[in-house]
Amino acid sequence: MSRSSLLDKLLVLLTWVVCLLLIYWAWREATGEGGVSITLLPAPDAVFKELGHILSTGAFIEPWEVTFYECVMAFSWAASVGLALGYVISRSTYLVQVFEPLLASLFTVPMVLFFPLCVLYFGLGPNSKIVFGFSVAFFPIVLAAISGFASVESGFVQAARSMGATRWQMFHLVLVPAAFPVVLSGLRMGAVLTFLSVLGSETLGSLEGLGHAIHNASMDMNPAEMYAYIIIVIVIAALLNLSLGVIEAIGNRRYGVTEGE
Amino acid sequence: MSSPQPDDLAIQVENATMQFGKEGSSLFVNALLETSLTVKKGEFLCLIGPSGCGKSTLMNLMGGLLTATSGSVDVMGQAINGPMPDKIAFVFQENSLFPWNTIAENIDVGLKFRGVEKAERARRTKESLASVGLSEFADHYPRQLSGGMRQRAALARALSLETDIILMDEPFGALDEQTRMIMGEDLSHLMARTGKTIIFVTHSLGEAVYLADRVAIFSARPGRIKRIIDVNESHPRLPSFVTSEKFVNLRNELYRELHDEMAKATPHSNKIATVSADGAQLSSEDELA
Repeated sequence: MSRSSLLDKLLVLLTWVVCLLLIYWAWREATGEGGVSITLLPAPDAVFKELGHILSTGAFIEPWEVTFYECVMAFSWAASVGLALGYVISRSTYLVQVFEPLLASLFTVPMVLFFPLCVLYFGLGPNSKIVFGFSVAFFPIVLAAISGFASVESGFVQAARSMGATRWQMFHLVLVPAAFPVVLSGLRMGAVLTFLSVLGSETLGSLEGLGHAIHNASMDMNPAEMYAYIIIVIVIAALLNLSLGVIEAIGNRRYGVTEGE
Repeated sequence: MSSPQPDDLAIQVENATMQFGKEGSSLFVNALLETSLTVKKGEFLCLIGPSGCGKSTLMNLMGGLLTATSGSVDVMGQAINGPMPDKIAFVFQENSLFPWNTIAENIDVGLKFRGVEKAERARRTKESLASVGLSEFADHYPRQLSGGMRQRAALARALSLETDIILMDEPFGALDEQTRMIMGEDLSHLMARTGKTIIFVTHSLGEAVYLADRVAIFSARPGRIKRIIDVNESHPRLPSFVTSEKFVNLRNELYRELHDEMAKATPHSNKIATVSADGAQLSSEDELA
């Protein structure tokens, strides 16, 4: 890395830190003497004390395990069904013409409207969150798979065919790497939406999980605990985003998509 | 095969017709009409003609990427039925190198398709890259190379397959004139060195005369071969050939043959031709340059 780009990175990092400090300062000012009621926004010290308590007692672990399980299940189903179905549809222009617009318009329907139905069918436990998370994350993944696999340049396929590629070789040496960047961005979006919808649905109707803990704290009139859990979720979301970015970078390097120096 | 051809025939096309779409439908295209053509072993044959005249179609038939609606195509005395990667390699116009593979990997993967062993793949990759002068760029990605280098890499991939026949579909079509000239010279040297059979689709009159042993001129759609012109000049051809009287005469002859077909194929230039012959000549020459 060159010296100037390192400096640029440091500057960006520094700006982030300054922004965080500004938020902290504004938060503290707002909750000071004559400020916002503590039932709406407790002082940062109270929240961080509560956060410390939650972390030291490990109270967050059990809800986190539930939420994590729901996210993994929802995403795995959405990814496997979405990719398989998207690939099959992409193989026929007719199927693409039939299903692509259908799926694209379904994607815009706010699935949260069906969450009460999910609870009705699958109960208040993790299953309703898994089904709901699946129903949200499935669409960007299947759409990306269709467009990724259907738009593979015909020149690549023809070249491989002229050199005698078998069906399996065509799939894993040509179609998969060619579709990879588009498919990966769909998976990334699916992962983020899974996390959002699982947490959101936990706050709407559940018995356990991080979303439930947030909802509970607010019902208990314990805003400090609620904000402490929100901070935990924000940190997890940031970590999720970071790891997705790393996975994407590794994948892109594997398939030579990144710009060469 | 029942055909009694002698051993020196590489490809024999008999009465090949290629139609796309159903007859009567708006998508119906009669791309090639009862075309016959023989290609001798070790010969450089150029196919030239107006856009959409079926020259690429004929090439894809010979390579087994398409199957003729009627008629037959034999390669080395064997009826063709799908791609024959052990006999025929392709060089396409552009975008046939995989952007997710390096240049060396692109060649390696082609050999993988052919089922070549790993050690042999490494040897052939190295050799073919050296033969087109790209050894130093083995680990570059296609997008890091110029258009001319990419087409060299595509040629290296075709050479690595060690086939007797190479089909080239406007391989230099996207390159600038200077690069084309150098590529053409290199190709002529390659011909002299390896004695491969090459069939080459081009739009360029000069390129056709410079490279070909024979030039097959196509008529406008529905395509068929109108005439074949012989270029009696041994490979490797020298740059001085371009300025020789022979070259100029052949090029002019080719131009005359093609001009009528161009006018037929392009309504625009046809119209000008009825107004002023000079104008038509100019506009056609622009298209052919």
